[in-house]
Amino acid sequence: MTATAHPGTGRAVDGPAPGPATPAPAVAGGLVRPADGDPVRRSDGGRVRLADGGPAGSAHGSSTRPADGGQPQPRPSRLRLRLGLLAATAGVAVLAGVSLFVGATEVSVGDVLAGDLTAAQAQTLVSSRVPRTLSILLAGSAIAIVGLVMQLLVRNKFVEPSTAGTTESAGLGLLVVTLVAPALPLVGKMAVATVFALAGTMLFLAILRRIQLRSVVVVPLVGMMLAGVIGSVSTFLAYRNDMLHTLSTWMTGDFSGVIRGRYELLWIVGGCAVVAYLAANRFTVAGLGEELTTNLGLSYRAVMALGLSIVAVTSAVVVVVVGGLPFLGLVVPNIVSLAMGDYLRRSLPWVALLGAGFVLACDIVGRTVIHPAEVPIGVVVGVVGSAVFLYLLLRRPSGAR
Amino acid sequence: MPAETVRTGAAPAADGRRSADDAPAGPAAGTHPGRVVAVLAVAAVAVLILFLTLGALDALDLILPLRAGRVAAMVVVGVAIAVSTVLFQTVTENRILTPAIMGFDSLYALIQTAAVFFLGATTVNGLAPTGRFAVEVAAMLVFSTALFRWIFGGPRRSLHLVVLVGIVFGVLFRSLATFLQRVIDPNEYLTVADRLFASFSAPDPTLLLVCTAVVALVCAWAWTRRRDLDVLALGRAHAVALGVDHRRLTMAVLLVSALLVSVSTALVGPITFFGLLVANLAYQVAGTHRHAYVLPVAALLAVITLVGGQAVLEHVFGLDTVLSVVIEFLGGLVFIVLLVRGGTR
Repeated sequence: MTATAHPGTGRAVDGPAPGPATPAPAVAGGLVRPADGDPVRRSDGGRVRLADGGPAGSAHGSSTRPADGGQPQPRPSRLRLRLGLLAATAGVAVLAGVSLFVGATEVSVGDVLAGDLTAAQAQTLVSSRVPRTLSILLAGSAIAIVGLVMQLLVRNKFVEPSTAGTTESAGLGLLVVTLVAPALPLVGKMAVATVFALAGTMLFLAILRRIQLRSVVVVPLVGMMLAGVIGSVSTFLAYRNDMLHTLSTWMTGDFSGVIRGRYELLWIVGGCAVVAYLAANRFTVAGLGEELTTNLGLSYRAVMALGLSIVAVTSAVVVVVVGGLPFLGLVVPNIVSLAMGDYLRRSLPWVALLGAGFVLACDIVGRTVIHPAEVPIGVVVGVVGSAVFLYLLLRRPSGAR
Repeated sequence: MPAETVRTGAAPAADGRRSADDAPAGPAAGTHPGRVVAVLAVAAVAVLILFLTLGALDALDLILPLRAGRVAAMVVVGVAIAVSTVLFQTVTENRILTPAIMGFDSLYALIQTAAVFFLGATTVNGLAPTGRFAVEVAAMLVFSTALFRWIFGGPRRSLHLVVLVGIVFGVLFRSLATFLQRVIDPNEYLTVADRLFASFSAPDPTLLLVCTAVVALVCAWAWTRRRDLDVLALGRAHAVALGVDHRRLTMAVLLVSALLVSVSTALVGPITFFGLLVANLAYQVAGTHRHAYVLPVAALLAVITLVGGQAVLEHVFGLDTVLSVVIEFLGGLVFIVLLVRGGTR
């Protein structure tokens, strides 16, 4: 993270990763075996330390702190991890159950179990409630995972689709394709949105490469500004075509429009999440910097391309089907990383579960506050997400540079 | 360059601090700043006249009163944003932070929404515009001061962190405001909705009068303290050494900034980047750091930009309410450029 912490790593910055390729001292002595799923064993207790901060997402590690956080931590046993995951899965399942029975149409648990549903209730369950809950699980976990992948690839704790211009670019793509080819099927629109999202993310990385002063917070700052600029282009286009209202509806995450026949696109996102899990170790290695990745026999560019594709596709699909979920991909991975460090293989299931659970909880809140109407989930996530983001930023006093 | 600003690993000006080092090298370098002010004043008057009369010469007596209200609103808002940004940047010793970027105007929008939410639309609409404005400004002063103290109090944080925190606060306030708007009964929501989008439609005449008075008073105050402000811009240590009551003046400037933000947001809604644009342009053009010149130059530039931009958009492109979008676009670009250039100067 601290660009100033390790001077003299004079590296021609040409890879997409901002920040100097700091051969983090903690890694240099470690044994890295990316291919066979063996945890990256390190002198500091199995925590992969990224170039942008300490083990626990400390965005503000001072440059004077030794790279090793002090005492080595005992690794939690596999059994305890499994049990914890089981408990978390059960929690999410309970939330999902609750989410099935919240809404304007009365459906009670007893009725479902006794099997005496009216036709209308069954219809509600099958075509609206179940798809909705499924899409929340898919979108929530996928965006959280994508946030984590982005944080590794860009080597910054505060990057996620909404702080890198990805979400806004996807929205612009959706708007453009709707104006140019309104008759295109949803999958085609999604493809265009994906291309735009990819282009926006590339632009963001290109700007980052030009920045001399790389403190941890500059990266999301630039990303949010870029998102604002892209957003103003969208606003302008929408204004010219009388679509301002449509645009704001699109960009605000909302699951109320998710019904059978539309949500199936989100399975693409589920596929992306699986790919991300399979490639987890590659992303972890890529997060250590270009030289190290190349030294370990991985193609840095290929890993970057894979990661960015996953990010773009996921962001675009979620924007098209649901809308924006601000800061979700930022707060969830950071909370997980505070609790269990940065070894992706181990933390990824947790990130997915917590992401799903977080969105489920926000959705239930949004649906019950002004029952039978609902507050769009994007607004609820925006409130909670920005509050948690602020906490992460102000967590420890420091002159983070 | 004051000694305490030299920090390890970054160029002194890298974090946007204003210092005597980065002497303005604008187009006006070398001309007397007084001349710059005069030229800009003439330009501003020309633009005003142009806006009032463009395409309306055959029905002037009908159209003039309609346009006069809007022009007055634009002038007041332009001056308010320009002065508040310059003062704010003097106090925070940087060129990137502005009250709007710190989330101040989103905070005001949230206060407006919260007023409707907690008091009900009937109560809010029952109040005279001035009374309502007074209540909202009072709340704004309390909250913005608390926010500022919380962010700037305690340990010294890096400028970029503060900016990011401000922006995220802005998102938080906007999300909260949207949340409240959704919870409010839709009919009541309409009373808020039309006041939260930056457009220079005809403002309430009484409110405009009050705002004009407030802005005039603040400008007069800033003018009397212009020399103290020059000293304040040198940084805390120098200001204290030269006998300026740093704490009091800083607090006063902050309150004044919050007041001006309330004025501009009440009239036209939030405009995030306008202040950043005109303030940075003013430092370039004025050819000096003295507030006696920078303040009027920034205010005049703001008026020219707003009125001129609106005139061009309306009469050349036939667009009437997208000025804020254009400003947002340009401002965002300028901001990114400032960040990118940060380390190179």
